[in-house]
Amino acid sequence: MLSGTRARGVQPLRQRRVRPRIWILDFYGSAIGKKAVMAITGIVLLGFVLVHMLGNLHLYEGAEKMNWYGEYLREIGEPILPRTGLLWIVRSVLILAFALHIHAAYSLTVMNRQSRKTKYQGGRDYIAANYAARTMRWSGVIVGLFIIYHLMDLTWGMGGADFTKGEPYQNVVASLSRWPIAGVYIVANLLLGMHIYHGAWSLFQSLGWSHPRFNHWRRAFAVAFAAIIVIGNVSFPIAVLTGIVE
Amino acid sequence: MSTLNLTLKVWRQAGPNDPGRFEVYEAKGINEDMSFLEMLDVVNERLIAENKEPIAFDHDCREGICGSCGMVINGVPHGPKKLTTTCQLHMRNFKDGDTIVVEPWRATAFPVIKDLVVDRSAFDKIIQAGGYITAPTGAARDANSILIPKQIADQAFDAAACIGCGACVAACPNGAAQLFTAAKISHLNLLPQGQPERWSRTVAMVDTMEEYFGSCTNYAECEAVCPKGISIEFIAKMNRDYLKAKFKDRRAVVKVDTTEAAG
Repeated sequence: MLSGTRARGVQPLRQRRVRPRIWILDFYGSAIGKKAVMAITGIVLLGFVLVHMLGNLHLYEGAEKMNWYGEYLREIGEPILPRTGLLWIVRSVLILAFALHIHAAYSLTVMNRQSRKTKYQGGRDYIAANYAARTMRWSGVIVGLFIIYHLMDLTWGMGGADFTKGEPYQNVVASLSRWPIAGVYIVANLLLGMHIYHGAWSLFQSLGWSHPRFNHWRRAFAVAFAAIIVIGNVSFPIAVLTGIVE
Repeated sequence: MSTLNLTLKVWRQAGPNDPGRFEVYEAKGINEDMSFLEMLDVVNERLIAENKEPIAFDHDCREGICGSCGMVINGVPHGPKKLTTTCQLHMRNFKDGDTIVVEPWRATAFPVIKDLVVDRSAFDKIIQAGGYITAPTGAARDANSILIPKQIADQAFDAAACIGCGACVAACPNGAAQLFTAAKISHLNLLPQGQPERWSRTVAMVDTMEEYFGSCTNYAECEAVCPKGISIEFIAKMNRDYLKAKFKDRRAVVKVDTTEAAG
């Protein structure tokens, strides 16, 4: 800190002097606030991918059970809520979580690029950062694009395979019987696993959940979560390709 | 005692606005018991003898406690040896015939002044924002009049070990100063003496940090190069205090506003 004696007036890259009056906007305006939002939306999305994977295990129970499950998701909450009411509440939360997760990631990336305008000219070595951590932006973008394709394929029926609304079992089998498409699903889920491997550990840091009592479990949690999701999700295209599910 | 013949590729930059470039120097007959800075001293003496401009670098105590020295050696801040500042890195960590690439810290908030010297006054701005406590003036209090649990004292001391060298920023792919700021905040926030300003300090120092530096992506590169071995757990602690402060402070501000309006 001895450099203070010859301060040349380093200019701030950005000013946070003008604060929004609305508390939540002020909070989101800070990078730590954005990271907290990323962590919380990440938890919401982790919950979704887990339930999505567990729900899809109905595939192994045959067409009847699987199609009943799809219908059940629309009916759940009736008669308190209208048909597909709860489904749309959950979808709204997920869309909001996705939007915030992506916006926070984008604006933090811009901030980080500004913070090192001149790169290391002689190259640099990573010591601690693992491959998953360094490729979060790539795995995130690719998984995001995959989700759009996945919705086109199995929700909107625009994926090119035979599609009948209300018959998820037949739709899944029709789509995943095409081996290039099954390959896309497998690769996307491996990338999702990588994203979770860093994210499910990183969220503890971002939210300040750190204690010697459980810190050694944080990495194990992330590995286990990523493994469960990847094994479950990758099993579906493999099961269809190998004829276990047909 | 053996000697080393090395090739140095050193970043030379005449001033803040000079684009800069690498220059190659042969460093022959280097004593393996020299520190990295002493090796540069030898190279500089030879340059001076040849009537050339010596390589500018920051240094002061040369015993690893002042935080002045620091350069990126072969892509790693402070070089290949863990828990070591550049001045404490000895040439026996290199092999005869090695080519060593030496570059200044790279961060927008750390502009190069000359060669390997960068301006780290952005760190001072962070400290000025809240790196202090309110202490009563007058006679010094009796030692141990405030009791502090051993574990807390140890943790605060671990954080206080930060020498502000800037290696954390240099190592971070995002040019973030999280480890430095977290160490400085935690060192005070852990202790009873730091409690009165705990929340305002955290917000002020973090907000100032974010004006100059990038954000944390939990790569833990900073922890790996920190010569004082400061843990990224302090970053988690800082995040928690910042999040708490954001909730606490707002309520306090609202209360103050009402009193002012009433008065």
